[in-house]
Amino acid sequence: MEAFLHQVFAGIATGGIYASVALALVMIYQSTHHINFAQGEMAMFSTFIAWWLIQVGMPYWVAFFLTIAISFVGGLVIQRTILKPVEKAPVLTNVIVFIGLLVIFNSVAGWVFDHTIKPFPTPFPKGSFIESKYFSAHEIGTIVVMLCVLAVLFSFLRFTPVGLAMRAAAQNPESARLVGIRVSWMLGIGWGLAAAIGAVAGMMIAPIVFLEPNMFSGILLYGFAAALLGGIDNPWGAVIGGFIVGVLENILGAYVIGTELKLSVALVLIVVTLTLKPNGLFGKAVVTRV
Amino acid sequence: MNSSKRTWILIGGLLLLAGLVVLPFLVKNFRVFQFNMVMVYAIAILGLNILTGYNGQISLGHGAFYAIGAYVAAMLMAYGGWPFWLTLPVAALVCFVFGYLMGFPALRLGGHYLALATFALALAIPQLLKYKAIEGWTGGVMGIVLTKPEPPFSFSMFGQPLSQDRWLYFVILATLLLMFLFAWRLLRGRVGRALIAIRDHPIAAAAMGINLPVFKSLTFGVSAAFTGVAGALGAVTVAFVSPDSFTVFLSITLLVGVVVGGLATIHGAIFGALFIQFVPHWAEDISKSAPWAIYGVFLILLMYVMPTGAAGLIDRVLARFKGSAPAANPSGLSASAAVPASTHPAGGKL
Repeated sequence: MEAFLHQVFAGIATGGIYASVALALVMIYQSTHHINFAQGEMAMFSTFIAWWLIQVGMPYWVAFFLTIAISFVGGLVIQRTILKPVEKAPVLTNVIVFIGLLVIFNSVAGWVFDHTIKPFPTPFPKGSFIESKYFSAHEIGTIVVMLCVLAVLFSFLRFTPVGLAMRAAAQNPESARLVGIRVSWMLGIGWGLAAAIGAVAGMMIAPIVFLEPNMFSGILLYGFAAALLGGIDNPWGAVIGGFIVGVLENILGAYVIGTELKLSVALVLIVVTLTLKPNGLFGKAVVTRV
Repeated sequence: MNSSKRTWILIGGLLLLAGLVVLPFLVKNFRVFQFNMVMVYAIAILGLNILTGYNGQISLGHGAFYAIGAYVAAMLMAYGGWPFWLTLPVAALVCFVFGYLMGFPALRLGGHYLALATFALALAIPQLLKYKAIEGWTGGVMGIVLTKPEPPFSFSMFGQPLSQDRWLYFVILATLLLMFLFAWRLLRGRVGRALIAIRDHPIAAAAMGINLPVFKSLTFGVSAAFTGVAGALGAVTVAFVSPDSFTVFLSITLLVGVVVGGLATIHGAIFGALFIQFVPHWAEDISKSAPWAIYGVFLILLMYVMPTGAAGLIDRVLARFKGSAPAANPSGLSASAAVPASTHPAGGKL
């Protein structure tokens, strides 16, 4: 029982990471109806920036917030320069551009920071006061940080004028443009936020999976699964989906199928969700007029 | 088409064929191996292009079908003692079934979702191949080592013997021609037009009496079968299969080949295959990561400036060349008519 509970709690901690990746995907999906295949590699690159900042001697939390700021600007710039020209292009064009971005980030990270596996420090060291029987300090820290991200994001979207404009632009671009909202820039800010959330997720997962250019391939897949399970147009659904996937992955991995097939759990989850309940658990049904 | 023009095309074709037959004897064994891989990739890219370019179903997971084809051939050869050529139809059949099955959930998944599901498949396939329960069949992480087929007779030209690689070259060339002929017959007729109609306007296509589920899932099957045959040929060419040669980057490589060669073209597959075989070799001199950086830049840039890829560019140049000839249509319409709007992946909307 003890071991089982431990698996569940460890699942909740990784679930927090998946939740934030899923949230970043939902941020972009809501406003552009595109699934960002480069999300994981963007987060990985942000984590490398954080690692480099810490290497040159910055204290952890300074590097942490600086990385978030850099990622936000980076996401904004990518949307403005690379994605704006294909905003109205068909799905295939967008998917190919996303894959192009994925490949570029992956290879540039390998080029600049090389492919050796690097340890990444955690701000919540072993034996600190927040450690408890079932959670390691890093797990507790991860959950707290992720809840903070959620709270900040929620208040930003709910209580600030920019957040309101962003929601309007996502819900009804034409009308939003008519009342003077610069819809295209709102998409840019959405990208910036998604990149920033990804950066936090990257810095939280890096102490567990270690830092290397391919660290995110599996995590991105769980993020996808979480976003789809929760409903890809629903931020809360994505968060809940993240925790469900995290726990499910850990328990199945520990007791049913073993660690080698963990990625296939995500594959099965994605295909089953998409075929049986394409809108996810909490998503709206999409109706198209023809 | 008048008869003198037909004669010229025939002569040109024969010269090309003669060139292709002599080619492997003019170069070293390693180059022959590279040419073999080009042809293998060309078949795989053609398969992906039938699905993604012509039918508009985005697959980011065709590396999985390549892997299945490769493993089917490898297992039949290593454990069943089958001759190599007999494994090709089996690989095609198995991949057709897998592709057809994948085509069913694909019916309900449009655009991004299908891309996502196939991307997940591509990420999961190396793990599935390493799975303990089937290790006895797949060889687990170690993979399966194969022997290349011996040429049935000895022969030499220009002082170069008919080596295993050269013999394989002719087998792959014959398969390639067969597959291209099949694709050409399939896509240049009623079926091809139906596939393009489904891509450009599914509702209108259904209204015209095209059975969408049947066409879409069969297309998935045929596409997977092409890629599976390529996988089987690739396994023999490399004489080795292992799970880690079929990562998600293989699927992305095939996508790069499709985009560089030209979406919704048949001959574009050759250019795409040449690109993905030779460009990384040159780029690797700069850095280990350089090939992928170049791939990424090409993917994005081509979408902006040349969405029809190399094949589209060549067609356009040829059309302009023809258009300036005195015998051509004086209105100059032929130049634009030679590049039908339907081959444009954006459907003329970009």
